[in-house]
Amino acid sequence: MAVEATHAIDDAAASPKAGHRAWVRTCHWVGVLSFLALVYSGVFIFAVHPRLYWGEVGNSLTPALLEIPITANHRPDGWERTATFPVGDGDVFTASRTYEIFNQNAWARSLHFLAAWLLVVTGLVYVLTGFGSGHARKNLLPPLRELKSGAPLADARQYLKGKFGPSGGGPPYGALQRLSYSVVIFVLFPLMVMTGMTMAPAITAAWPFLLDLFGGYQSARTIHFFCFAILLLFLLVHVAMVLMTGAGRQLRAMILGR
Amino acid sequence: MTNKIDSRQRRTLLKGLVATAGASLAGCGETVPPTYGNILRMGDWLTFKSHRLLLPEQSMAREYELSDISPAPAIGTTNPADPDKGGVHPEYAPEYAGYLKTGFANYGLRVEGLVSRPGLYSLADLKRLPSRTQITRHTCEEGWSAIAQWTGVPLRALLEAAGILPNARYVQFHAFDGWSDSVDMPDALHPQTILAYGMNGRDLPVPHGAPVRLRVERQVGYKNMKFLRSIVVADEFDDFGFPGDMKNGWAWYVGI
Repeated sequence: MAVEATHAIDDAAASPKAGHRAWVRTCHWVGVLSFLALVYSGVFIFAVHPRLYWGEVGNSLTPALLEIPITANHRPDGWERTATFPVGDGDVFTASRTYEIFNQNAWARSLHFLAAWLLVVTGLVYVLTGFGSGHARKNLLPPLRELKSGAPLADARQYLKGKFGPSGGGPPYGALQRLSYSVVIFVLFPLMVMTGMTMAPAITAAWPFLLDLFGGYQSARTIHFFCFAILLLFLLVHVAMVLMTGAGRQLRAMILGR
Repeated sequence: MTNKIDSRQRRTLLKGLVATAGASLAGCGETVPPTYGNILRMGDWLTFKSHRLLLPEQSMAREYELSDISPAPAIGTTNPADPDKGGVHPEYAPEYAGYLKTGFANYGLRVEGLVSRPGLYSLADLKRLPSRTQITRHTCEEGWSAIAQWTGVPLRALLEAAGILPNARYVQFHAFDGWSDSVDMPDALHPQTILAYGMNGRDLPVPHGAPVRLRVERQVGYKNMKFLRSIVVADEFDDFGFPGDMKNGWAWYVGI
């Protein structure tokens, strides 16, 4: 095992097409496990209140920015007004919900947070090792000149024509690959974690700047949702690309290294 | 003789070691909150422990302006005396109905357990204690939020008036709809943890937990128990079985 590992590292130094390092593979699959658990539980959590808002406040008695009717949990007619308060800008009111809703949050929330712990720990190991080993700089972060030259867009055009070029089952990656991996790893996942923490009242009590950064609890929830949508799109495209560039070889490389 | 004593001492020592090892192993099943060997509850435990370890104990939840006050949904039990409006407890529902008739003039909040002066606190008694008014965000586990102004007695002031004993570790709450819950001392003694009898400048409306509800601002909505019947100060954790969060699958600590 130790011999093999050394061999792999030697190869990585010698050849650019040396497959995936062991720590990359480990982080990848633990990340997959936690991401799928987060998506699964997240869909159940969102289904309980599938309405999105901006700012600090949003509920069934206020207008939504966006409503996705995946459950019948929002029924504007299902509320009984019980009191009015003459405060603030005009009166505010309260109303009682008169119907039962779909709610699996008991397990869904706990699974979401358990998986989030796994993702955060894996993500930290990945990013720290990534920068420490040079993997992030060498293989992931796209050089500025590559972005300016429009190379990612050129790659996209080739992919759409069905031309995928040689795939090594590991670095070096194409320009679009580098850009999308970097956005996922260094932008979307950190945003997910930070907007997630902004939804936690104990955390924003300690770090209220999170509320200012994202414009409030509901804004953070809305950003969390759209980051989820983009990450799901990434997952679909990523899997499609694996399938179209030799699924067996690609999977083998991500499991066994090469 | 000497040998006998030695061997007896050795046995005692061994027994002690075994007992200690056993206790520390059993300790795995006696964490707070308990995990019952369930992986989801282990995640809840990790969240609780890391929050208590990493977050400042007395950090304050954000407070808002009067103009930020929003419409506020009332969900769950909205009247513990009405079977059409949530949980109805066979013994407490008639009791609550009796209080409703007098506008809670005959209501008394029981304060019991590890206090030197257990007793019954009427609404007037509670209002004579120091009061705190705060405009805070109610954050429901369902995903919605609302901002309201809450007026009440800081739980700490009530506990001190009742003579809380030094071995207190949890404050337990029992509601008229049969629900029970508890908080640990960092949340119980937090300045924003109040027993609210007022909402948005009026008496607390029935759907929001009249006559008195808990506000524990660093946890999500369901921790803010409505319709308080009694408060018990305890030195041990209790999951309360089925009238409580955990046996129903819900996390006990919900700062997240």
